Amino acid sequence: MNSAIFSRSRLALWGGCLALAFALPLVLKSGFIISLLCQIGIMAVFSLSYNMLLGQTGLLSFGHAVYYGLGAFATMHLLNAIGKGGGPLTTALLPFVGGLAGLAAGIVLGYVTTRKAGTTFAMITLGIGEMVAACSLMFPGIFGGEGGVSGNRVVGKETLLGFTWGPQVEMYGLIVLWAFACTIAMFALTQTPLGRMANAVRDNPERAEFVGYDTERVRFLMVILSGFFAGVAGGLSALNYEIVTAETLNAHTSGVVLLIAFVGGIGFFYGPIIGAILVTVMQIVIGGMTHAWLLYFGLFFLFMVLVAPGGIASLIVVQRALWQAGLLGRMLPHYAATALPVLILLAGLVGLIELGYALLTGDAGVGAGDTATKVLGMQLQLGTPGPWLTALAVTGIGIVLTRWIGGRLRSEWNATLATLHGDKA
Amino acid sequence: MEFVVISLLNGITYGLLLFMLSSGLTLIFSMMGILNFAHASFYMLGAYFAYQISTLVGFWPGLLVAPLLVGAVGALVERYGLRRAHRFGHVAELLFTFGLAFVVEEVVHLIWGKVAVDYKIPDELDGTLFTLFDTAFPMYRGFMMLVSVGMLVALYALLTRTRIGLIIQAALTKPDMVEALGHNVPRIFMLVFGGGTALAGLAGVIGGNAFITEPGMAAAVGSIVFVIVVVGGLGSLGGAFIASLLIGCIQTFSVGLSISITDVFALIGVELLEGSQVARLTITQLAPVLPYLLMVAILIFRPRGLMGAREN
Repeated sequence: MNSAIFSRSRLALWGGCLALAFALPLVLKSGFIISLLCQIGIMAVFSLSYNMLLGQTGLLSFGHAVYYGLGAFATMHLLNAIGKGGGPLTTALLPFVGGLAGLAAGIVLGYVTTRKAGTTFAMITLGIGEMVAACSLMFPGIFGGEGGVSGNRVVGKETLLGFTWGPQVEMYGLIVLWAFACTIAMFALTQTPLGRMANAVRDNPERAEFVGYDTERVRFLMVILSGFFAGVAGGLSALNYEIVTAETLNAHTSGVVLLIAFVGGIGFFYGPIIGAILVTVMQIVIGGMTHAWLLYFGLFFLFMVLVAPGGIASLIVVQRALWQAGLLGRMLPHYAATALPVLILLAGLVGLIELGYALLTGDAGVGAGDTATKVLGMQLQLGTPGPWLTALAVTGIGIVLTRWIGGRLRSEWNATLATLHGDKA
Repeated sequence: MEFVVISLLNGITYGLLLFMLSSGLTLIFSMMGILNFAHASFYMLGAYFAYQISTLVGFWPGLLVAPLLVGAVGALVERYGLRRAHRFGHVAELLFTFGLAFVVEEVVHLIWGKVAVDYKIPDELDGTLFTLFDTAFPMYRGFMMLVSVGMLVALYALLTRTRIGLIIQAALTKPDMVEALGHNVPRIFMLVFGGGTALAGLAGVIGGNAFITEPGMAAAVGSIVFVIVVVGGLGSLGGAFIASLLIGCIQTFSVGLSISITDVFALIGVELLEGSQVARLTITQLAPVLPYLLMVAILIFRPRGLMGAREN
């Protein structure tokens, strides 16, 4: 064992996180929050497994949901096959079977996909993902057709230390245990020679070949291992939702995990965890407020690609570096000054999108073309130009102010960064 | 015989339509190194723009205006989005186009709704072109073929016979040298991107009413176009052409064949065991998977694609 993996500060951090994860449901007792936390845990494992490819090996995959979905289906079928014969212990171990299914899929599909790297790899994974998704609709006996396969995670009458996994809180505990085990395993993998070689293959494949490593083999191994962890996440999702549909392995799921990992930050091990928390919370909170949530999410993603390609994690890391250099105080007033115009701009844009959405599609209960509707809790007359002009004006003011104050923020930012790097040099 | 000829004609029509998409994708890829993930989204935009124009002023103005509009949108995307993303490398560019595809689909949901729109074939072209062995060949299919071939010839002439075509070809391989000679290479990139997306838009205009105009059409065609580009060889126009026709014919033929593996074995007198799901699948049922199987086979036996250059 590498001592760096289990250094005292890391152990303290992980212990703290584990304690926090177990303490959360004691404080926040609402069922809504607990199912939200379950979803976050599953997505965190899934997106971490995705980042083993994109962040650590430089492989952009558009078909990662295949491993997740196959893991979920394998778990669900085994759960149903065991039926009354099993107990809580077997159920708790089922995600491992999901992982093995993901691993097997990784061996078969990875053999084809990892022959190429870069852009070609991205296109091939897209094609393979589509192929598996199309196959899943061809075999309704295995994949349940449109309705999916459902099951019951409570099997048998016995309990394991009093747990049956029936209540959502107990399921949450199981997810936390699996998520922590997987996270630590994935982190440990980054410290192994294989993990290091994956980084080398990402950064300079030619040189890795010269040193004597087979880049194709390194990619292949990483795809297999990442397939395993994606399968575990799929198995957890099968137990958590008690239903698996063909949607779990289609292109949409693959796209979502890519967005999560990228928004969180692919350059950092824990980036995808931040992404999973942020995106899941956004999805539930904003998705509950408006039907245009996917549009906002897509725009947010484009914004991140253009402005902060390192993801949220990179922003946090830079702030910490500034703080340690004693420069954060210099930036804070500028952040505060920029927040206001950005909020104005956002309010204007959201207003425009929501008005358009209400006018064109008709929001809940309001038919398309109806004149009166509720937008963000306000009763508005859609037919009149008033709300539209207001939203346009707010957007315009927001753009002007953001450009003006944003320019000052940028020059201050560049100056501060120059100071920071100057100090280091 | 009848089935073969009619399927062949339909397959070639569909293949030519696919080539209009894959040619733009290939040109953009070989020039800018960008795999435009949103390419099929521009195809979808073309169909929706043409639908909107056809409800206002009719089909024929849309045939011209919609591709130009799509091309303009594409040029703007290149100028204000991709060029910015380019600074962060190829992955950022790819992710940008991926996010763009996502946003375009949502915007289409927002404006035109989630169900298919009624984008109709114009009355002048709604008829039979000729009848072959009792099967009517629709006039619109002939029109599609005409437009695609005309577009191909125009594209070929543009690339090989005009000054701007020569500059584009030069910029494909030696952008630095072209820039040193005083040409505005970023503007050429913008033109190529706009042109490629306009081609996709045109494919949408003539394909949208022949097939279906709905928000899922981009995703349905998008992955097929990627398969074509991989099978043909990344960056090879000739390969993309062959692969487009091949995939077009495979898809058309497979839809009409209801033979299963069991039937094939029955022909040679072998009775397969009942109950095997795989053996009883007909080719029609397999149709959606066949292009991907072809791609996998190509990757295993000829990884650089039919006409692709060897990677170094």
